[in-house]
Amino acid sequence: MATKQKKMTTAVEKKLIGLADVVITAAERAKDPTIAIPIRALSNVSFNERKGLIEMGCKKQARSFFNVGMAKKFMQTMLVADALSELQRADLTTSLREIYYRTKHTIADSHENTFDTQDESDPVIEDLEVSLAALREELHVRAENSGSIVGPVVFGDDGDRVDCAKLGKGGYSVPSIVEPEYLEIRRCTADFVLLVEKGTQWNRLSEDKFWRRYNCVLLTGNGQPPRGVRRLARRLHEEHRLPVYVLVDNDPWGYYIYSVIKQGSINLAFESQRMAIPKAKFIGLSSADPERYELPRNVGIKLNEKDIARAKELMNYQWFQKPAWQAEIKRMLGSGLKYELDALANKDFQYLTKKYLPRKLKEKDWLD
Amino acid sequence: MAKKDSSVPSSSRSAVESVAEKKPAAALTQLVTAVEMGARQREISVSEFFTKNRHLLGFDNPRKALLTCVKEAVDNALDASEEAGILPDVTVQLEVVPTGGTTLPASQATRFRITVTDNGPGIVRQHIPRIFAKLLYGSKFHRMRMSRGQQGIGISAAGMYGQLTTGKPVQIISRTGPKAAAHYFEVQIDTKKNEPLVHENKQIAWDQPQGTQVTLEVEGKYQKGRASVDEWLEQTSIANPHVRLIYRTPEGETKEYPRTYHELPPSPREIKPHPYGIEFGMMLKMLQDTKGHSVSGFLSSDFCRISPQLADEICKAAKVSPNMKPRDLKGPVAETLYQTLQNTKIMAPPTNCISPIGEKAILSGLYKQIKGEFYTAVSRPPAVYRGYPFIIEAGLAYGHRPEDQTKPKQPAGPKAEGEGEDEHSELARVIRYANRVPLLYQQSSCSTFKAVLGTTWKHYGISQSRGALPGGPMVIFVHMASVWVPFTSESKEAIADYDEIQKEITLALRECGRRLGLFLRRRERAASEFRRRNIFELYIEEVVEACNRLKGGKLPKEKLKAQLQKIATSRTGGLKTDEALGKTGGGPEGLPDSIIVTAEGIEGAVEIAQQVEADAPKAAGAAVNDLSDKEQMAATNQGKKQKKEPAKPEKKAKNKPVSRKSAKSEKSPAPRGKK
Repeated sequence: MATKQKKMTTAVEKKLIGLADVVITAAERAKDPTIAIPIRALSNVSFNERKGLIEMGCKKQARSFFNVGMAKKFMQTMLVADALSELQRADLTTSLREIYYRTKHTIADSHENTFDTQDESDPVIEDLEVSLAALREELHVRAENSGSIVGPVVFGDDGDRVDCAKLGKGGYSVPSIVEPEYLEIRRCTADFVLLVEKGTQWNRLSEDKFWRRYNCVLLTGNGQPPRGVRRLARRLHEEHRLPVYVLVDNDPWGYYIYSVIKQGSINLAFESQRMAIPKAKFIGLSSADPERYELPRNVGIKLNEKDIARAKELMNYQWFQKPAWQAEIKRMLGSGLKYELDALANKDFQYLTKKYLPRKLKEKDWLD
Repeated sequence: MAKKDSSVPSSSRSAVESVAEKKPAAALTQLVTAVEMGARQREISVSEFFTKNRHLLGFDNPRKALLTCVKEAVDNALDASEEAGILPDVTVQLEVVPTGGTTLPASQATRFRITVTDNGPGIVRQHIPRIFAKLLYGSKFHRMRMSRGQQGIGISAAGMYGQLTTGKPVQIISRTGPKAAAHYFEVQIDTKKNEPLVHENKQIAWDQPQGTQVTLEVEGKYQKGRASVDEWLEQTSIANPHVRLIYRTPEGETKEYPRTYHELPPSPREIKPHPYGIEFGMMLKMLQDTKGHSVSGFLSSDFCRISPQLADEICKAAKVSPNMKPRDLKGPVAETLYQTLQNTKIMAPPTNCISPIGEKAILSGLYKQIKGEFYTAVSRPPAVYRGYPFIIEAGLAYGHRPEDQTKPKQPAGPKAEGEGEDEHSELARVIRYANRVPLLYQQSSCSTFKAVLGTTWKHYGISQSRGALPGGPMVIFVHMASVWVPFTSESKEAIADYDEIQKEITLALRECGRRLGLFLRRRERAASEFRRRNIFELYIEEVVEACNRLKGGKLPKEKLKAQLQKIATSRTGGLKTDEALGKTGGGPEGLPDSIIVTAEGIEGAVEIAQQVEADAPKAAGAAVNDLSDKEQMAATNQGKKQKKEPAKPEKKAKNKPVSRKSAKSEKSPAPRGKK
């Protein structure tokens, strides 16, 4: 494993050093040093229906040094590349914020700082990820650990054996980097993965030992799941052939979280290949559920203007064009209400564990 | 003097009527007879009415009252001098009057003596008491002439306010010429009869050859800052650069606003009302007062823009006999005539009755009072609203003087996140004028202010938040000159929002904005070339260092740096730019009526600026002297620049008033003001 890691680092570092070469060669030929950066926006994204993935197009923007509008960005890109290669050499991982501080300084003889806020350095890192086709983990930049897992699965993390069936109701905190070199899946006997949007509902299921009864892995990303959680779900799905079910709030944001897990996101379209789970299923909360499960109208929340606008936006996305989905969203808009998962507690504290999910699984009541 | 406009009498009239109509409430049992009631009815004098309603005239609080008194006195002095064709020299003196034996500091004092002295034509002795101590004396109902005196009923109201709050009479010294004797008067108003009471009347020795001096003692409050006497005088001096103004503050300071424009504004002409600007009731009154013998004669002689033929046509259309006596025209017939008048297409009123300040004078005023680096002024052509002609003028002063800019520069140092973001929080200041008189209150309801907000300053490179004033070091000047300025209320502090007026103001502001935009862009272009080179140079260092570290520190740094610098130079225009950088971005071609101040000197309407510089040093302090020295140097250094037009000889300017005076002599001795 150690040798493999060594090899990886050099590959990324080579790419980073390549940026310096761009400048040097251009300077020698008296040309403007230019880096091509793929565009990360809806305009450069397409939905591959066959693969069920959002894929990044090939539109690129040129970032050149001798252009007043881009000079600073270019300089910043070089500084970040430098910092990233430093990480490679020292074999350390770091956070986005630390990179910001590491690369920030005042340019000699001026008032000007290389970076004024972290908002300037974060996109530069993403730019580098895309243009070098290197994963954030490969660049040794980690996000915060903000996901939990519990269930019959055993990991090897830095040589430690982590049995997620023996970690009480708190579970294991999913690291931001879950590539095989960092996190090994030693054993997995679960039948499926249940990815829950909210930490509160994950706690409910974990406390009720839902995973034991239904032999599943419980995962949460506390809202929009971070890369680590998405990647881990994908690995469980891919390596252990586990179906993945997604349980989210019944609102446009819940729908979008599901779609990100299934097809990938617009901003990280280049990661879809690695992250998306095209076979993931939407288990709830569906807009049909309030009626089917007799949730009273008074536990609903009125859709606000933003919700409605977002829902209409979703309906236009290529990957929401299936008739079932159009009907699902239309039904929500028609009722004018959204429902939180927590609203199920209105019937019983354990309604989710004891009634809702068992019935869903039994009836195979999910959307694709 | 004290040009009284018709709104005051009309409002007073209605008020008087309403008071008169207040009969005792109808009781169930008759307690008083009609005769008894009739005995209680009595006339209320205008003066009594105003005694009770002084807020209508701008005396609502002590601070504003002090300003209103100064304003009335100065307006009268200026109107009188200008009408007589004399370049005005006005001295305003504010003194604290000791109360209870102690003299309080100016900021705490409650009693002030206001003395305003002018070099005007003086007032004929017989008129003095009534001018200063009779309200509505000879006001100008139908006189359509542009004048300052739209602020109320003039000096007599101020005198009455003084009388009311301190009991002191108005003191007047007046002299109509070096050969005439100076007369000293002390007058008060008999508020019941609205008649002057003369307390003192004697001949005295006076050191001034000609002019008038008015002294009022009033209750007031002196406080600097917004809407203060100081601000009003300063703004007056901006819009009236032909006036020499000396102001002695209650704190004992003397401020001089020198005369920097040596021509009197052309005297406005009186016009007849335009049919579109007249109300039905007014027409009925005119029908009674006219000297015309027939309706058609009345129409063609009492209105402007109605020829005898047109008058006949109107009569025909209204089915009124053209030969009918105007006094016999009443009721529905008169109303038909009125409607016909309104519906007939009539030429817009003549516009020579308005005397704008003029672009040059505005520039001069702004340049004198406001330290900036760019000035411009626009006079719109005359326009008409509701039958009243008007002219809108706008001006702009932008930026800081180059020598002031260097001061706040700090040595380059690191800045933390969030630092240095609040530097451009300054908002523009709007200064508003109606007939050359500054308007200080109710800014936000004024048409001019709304037009400033409504202008998209972003188009001209000025920042502006939604619904806010534009940002930046800028003073925006707006002037409306008209025979009848439509104020929003009787306190006359804001101009009403007529579409035509708003449109003209907007057009004027846009033109100013366009010129400012041009100036800013031109300056920006020169600066950006410099900055481009500069950022590349700054960043080259960073990029080279980063590359070096990426390459493991084995890079020939100097070589790479030299190569990049070479590219930078070739990309930013090379030697040509170097030449351009030495310059400041070209002359003011395409920027009419503008002054640009740069570190090297002045460009544009240089003669105006030089005139100001020539007049200013006497009064202003060292800062101005420094500047003029610099500019002198610059002027000698750079012969190529289009400037150096010699300052206008004083004589020429002085000649003008004299000639005008002689032209006017047939009318003289003009009793001041109230005709």
